[in-house]
Amino acid sequence: MHGLANPARFLRMARWLMPLMLVPGLILAFGAVAWGLFMVPPDRLMGQTVRILFIHVPSAWLGMAGWSTIAIASLVELVWRHPLAGIAARAAAVPGAAFTAICLATGSIWARPTWGTWWVWDGRLTSFLILLFLYFGYIALAGAAQRDAAAGEGASRVTAIFGLVGAVNIPIINRSVVWWNSLHQPPSITAGKSSIDAAFLYPLLFAALGFTLIFGGLVLARMRMLLADIQTEARLRRKAMA
Amino acid sequence: MNTMIKPKHQRLVLIVLALVALIGAGLLAAYALSKQAAYFYLPSELVAKPPEAGRAVRLGGMVEKGSIKTQADGVTINFIVKDDKARVPVRFSGITPDLFVEGSGVVAEGRMEGTTFVADNLLAKHDEKYVPREMKNMTSAEAKAVIAETK
Repeated sequence: MHGLANPARFLRMARWLMPLMLVPGLILAFGAVAWGLFMVPPDRLMGQTVRILFIHVPSAWLGMAGWSTIAIASLVELVWRHPLAGIAARAAAVPGAAFTAICLATGSIWARPTWGTWWVWDGRLTSFLILLFLYFGYIALAGAAQRDAAAGEGASRVTAIFGLVGAVNIPIINRSVVWWNSLHQPPSITAGKSSIDAAFLYPLLFAALGFTLIFGGLVLARMRMLLADIQTEARLRRKAMA
Repeated sequence: MNTMIKPKHQRLVLIVLALVALIGAGLLAAYALSKQAAYFYLPSELVAKPPEAGRAVRLGGMVEKGSIKTQADGVTINFIVKDDKARVPVRFSGITPDLFVEGSGVVAEGRMEGTTFVADNLLAKHDEKYVPREMKNMTSAEAKAVIAETK
């Protein structure tokens, strides 16, 4: 891991790894969503609205995986002072927030015909909305810390601590449908068992894999962008001093 | 002297301790919320501890098979919401969601009037099963045979 601590070496690797994740990810995601939209049979109760599953579920997974990335990278930043960890955490925030928003929007559209309402304040929906607000807070804090970079490491550390504290919400989201009576259905896929028919399950798994690769590619792209920003600023500062 | 703890390990221990405390606090809060954060009452909870008459509550359970009866006015329906311990009769006037069917989950918003729950609004609760339409009437063995054929 410390071999990657060198930003120059990381950048060399990210240059070829990024398209290697983005291109197959896009192909897989488009293919699986097309499969889900046009080829799978309608559900016994939901009918055609089941097709939104193939966007909703991968987005939900990545909304949570995004914050898990932030939390793990923040821990590495705080404990090992790894120079790239903080950048990885910041890079995961915007894609994570985007997938969280997609999950909430598709869920709401699905809920109207299925449940008969756009929104309810049950445990799952509320905790997921809180996740979106946590992302907004994190992005604002990280932006402020970056502008404040001259003030030292303190600002960046506050961002990392916020990333760790926010991770408390992740198990709450996961367990919300088990702990509390909720309108949202309990988990369909649990430890090797699935109550989703194979006709829906395979396109769903491919969509999840494709979306995940896209997410990884986006995080790498944003890490390159953040590193380039830092370099530019350092260069400008040197010029200003000279 | 090498008994000094490395700063790296000190940070790790401190952060792990802080996280354990934080997660403990989160779990305690979730446990304390376990009743308040429930979105609806189950029929057995409603029967065991009825809320005062007229207070707006939600009732969630399964619609008993064969219990939906449409009244003479055409828009009022009576049905029974049950769990494994209790049954509650429900009255509702209005348009039901598509997924409101017998044997399926429902959340009714309304209030108790005597022993009947009068609902202002019905929400259909979807279960965690996703099954194609053609296969809903088959037994699991038949469905498996169909899946094996198409492979």
